[in-house]
Amino acid sequence: MEMPAPDPKILERKPQLLARLRTVLPDDALIHDISETRAYECDALTAYRCPPMVAVLPASTQEVSDVLRICHEEGVPVVPRGSGTSLAGGALPTEDSVILGVARMNDVLETDYDNRIIRVQSGRTNLSVSGAVEERGFFYAPDPSSQLACAIAGNIAMNSGGAHCLKYGVTTNNLLGVTMVMMDGTVVEIGGAHLDAGGLDLLGVICGSEGQLGVVTEATLRILHKPEGARPVLIGFDDNAVAGQCVSDIIKSGILPVAIEFMDRLCIQACENFAHAGYPDCEALLIVEVEGSQAEIDHQLAKIIEIARRHNPVELRESGSAEESAKIWLGRKSAFGAMGQLNDYMCLDGTIPVSELPMVLRRIGEMSKEYGLPVGNVFHAGDGNMHPLILFDANKQGDLEKCEAFGADILRLCVDAGGCLTGEHGVGIEKRDLMLHQYNSEDLETQMAVKDVFDPQWLLNPAKVFPLGSSAQRRSA
Amino acid sequence: MIPEAETELARIVAGLNGPVSIVGGGTRGATGSAPALDMSRLSGIHLYEPGALTLVAAAGTSLAEVESALDAEGQRLAFEPMDHRVLLGTRGEPTIGGVVAANVSGPRRVQAGACRDFLLGVRFVDGRGTVIKNGGRVMKNVTGYDLVKLMAGSWGTLGVLSEVSLKVLPKPEMGITLVWHGCGWTAASKVLCAALASPFEITGAARLPQRNRSPTSKSKTVIRIEGFEDSVKYRVGRLLELFADLKPDRIVTDSDENEAIWSAVRDVTPFRNAVGNVWKTSVKPTDMPLVTGKWEFEHVVDWGGGLIWTLAPEGVDLRLALGGIQGHVSLVRASRDDFERFGRFQPQDETLIRIAHGIRARFDPQGRFNPGLMG
Repeated sequence: MEMPAPDPKILERKPQLLARLRTVLPDDALIHDISETRAYECDALTAYRCPPMVAVLPASTQEVSDVLRICHEEGVPVVPRGSGTSLAGGALPTEDSVILGVARMNDVLETDYDNRIIRVQSGRTNLSVSGAVEERGFFYAPDPSSQLACAIAGNIAMNSGGAHCLKYGVTTNNLLGVTMVMMDGTVVEIGGAHLDAGGLDLLGVICGSEGQLGVVTEATLRILHKPEGARPVLIGFDDNAVAGQCVSDIIKSGILPVAIEFMDRLCIQACENFAHAGYPDCEALLIVEVEGSQAEIDHQLAKIIEIARRHNPVELRESGSAEESAKIWLGRKSAFGAMGQLNDYMCLDGTIPVSELPMVLRRIGEMSKEYGLPVGNVFHAGDGNMHPLILFDANKQGDLEKCEAFGADILRLCVDAGGCLTGEHGVGIEKRDLMLHQYNSEDLETQMAVKDVFDPQWLLNPAKVFPLGSSAQRRSA
Repeated sequence: MIPEAETELARIVAGLNGPVSIVGGGTRGATGSAPALDMSRLSGIHLYEPGALTLVAAAGTSLAEVESALDAEGQRLAFEPMDHRVLLGTRGEPTIGGVVAANVSGPRRVQAGACRDFLLGVRFVDGRGTVIKNGGRVMKNVTGYDLVKLMAGSWGTLGVLSEVSLKVLPKPEMGITLVWHGCGWTAASKVLCAALASPFEITGAARLPQRNRSPTSKSKTVIRIEGFEDSVKYRVGRLLELFADLKPDRIVTDSDENEAIWSAVRDVTPFRNAVGNVWKTSVKPTDMPLVTGKWEFEHVVDWGGGLIWTLAPEGVDLRLALGGIQGHVSLVRASRDDFERFGRFQPQDETLIRIAHGIRARFDPQGRFNPGLMG
């Protein structure tokens, strides 16, 4: 993955930049020694690393504004960073950039149960948003698997999803307003506790713009009352296609489960060996979870089981207790760890129409043989968001490159099947160069025109999302 | 100009010498005076997969055609788009593109989300006549910028929609409405907010005014519960426990009566044929009594208090009433004079206006589409 060469003129002016930043930030918020900037050299896409020129940790919207204004005047690129959990390289610095981390801004500013909202600073972690409203029985719905660590700022930048979005939607469906600082330091308020922000839906385009339009410092989020209960059922099949058909039939029946998770044979075995969850020996496993009162859960699960039986499952296990529920989820929740035990892996997240599931899984299996790299599939089947995990050996010469080529082929397959390159992780640098497979140059030109309006000099997170060739002129202008 | 295919639409736009008004069914009251670009023949459902909850249709497809296709599979547009013909007295056949362009959402928005939350993908023709696509037909998609949301509610000012993909949802087995008669604004607000803050998945929370201010008629504060029969009955039981101190006056189980109540809320039926301007105010739900209490006018309240429809005499500027309350006010029905005087949409913050103008100038550099709309 190529990154633009650092601008020597910017590197030369580092002392001047530091002097100016010192006038607006306390000493401990300014990191510039190489021994310390190295902590910001990568996010969760660890294959690519580059320490930034400087890292700043502002503690307020005003400080963010001051930093951006100075960087804007100095012509220095800024890479915003939440908690650095991006799997797509969204927070990867360049050598001539300033990393702007929001981790110090993690306060809850307002909780309002009557209006079902919480207002937080954007450095707050996803799980601690729910934590702040838990005692009153509320929660924040989007639940990316990194939720213990990931920040709301990053969730907004990547429009993060999670296992429960079939029912509750992703970040954009749960975000009501933001305070955002533009690259020139201007602070804007968009939306708020009321439902319509008025004017163009700028909130909609900011969410998922990967930190390229502005730095969000505060967010108003929708909170919901927790359901009375939830319970899963585990269903095993001897054929991927049959499992896919079962998913489709459940959805068609009128039930909207809160999650439908799918695992294939390699994943089932890896999880079983790792977590001993008691999974059956079969080709495909579904975990379907429904929510509500005991009676509502019984009713929905009875319907789901009736549908599943029509497809001759090899295993059908309804949870009868909290322990059994935990056991059913145990394997799924340890899937990434279990695969990590087998080897290094690369996690993709293309989305496909649910109806294409059997074809896509078959093709992935064929390609796995061609490349000689094993793939496990674990994903959110209800919304077609795949997570193929390609196993490779990082210490073996050429294996990473082979794995990346294989991954790119899988993502092209997802697009060709009517889907997309990324369902919830974002483009970052990882899928940047595949964008022209999903969109033509005019589609991308229109997206880049939006960035031109917010950040005319292309200083915010500039080398991400768009193929370097497509954005070259704008970045060098 | 009545294109029948996307390529023809693109050709027409590329050859324009002046502005056009984009018209679907022409029912939403936003058709300008420029020559019409009539989208009604760019129609047809391109794809409908009930098992994937997705539907893709040409923008000019009539809403009736979309809804009847969904109905045949026991599904629906969960965001419950309003029919503006009732309030505005317009004629014509609403199109799915018009619904999207105006981001039209009804009572179920409080639980299910707005039209924009169900929009998965768009194809549109920009001001140069180029066909642009964004999003797709899958439910989770973060590939590139989300122009899908930007197009929803842009009233045709950024491009002419040619195709939309939508997420659809199953129709519930049944619905029940709890009705409280004669609640004042504060009491109504308490009922609506308490219901919405419960775990019982309220799909409608509204207040209808007394009929024609008749002393024998009372206002109705209404809460809707939908789903499988057993589940609905259970949740109604739990809500009755929750409201033990403020019992509802009626429990409506009849499906026709339920439909009548919620279509009245959705379409603001009480203001049909009533004299005066109609304003639409969006505020934080608990601020509703502050807004409604300021004026002696009639109001229809939806979204738990977050949406207030007000019938006001001509010439009165309702925006002045908002004072320090956070939110915004649009004028939906008015005389031409009042539309000119007050503007359809509330003016925004200077920076936001600059951004909106910048985006519009890039999508439609020559200002071809719906001039005068959205500032």
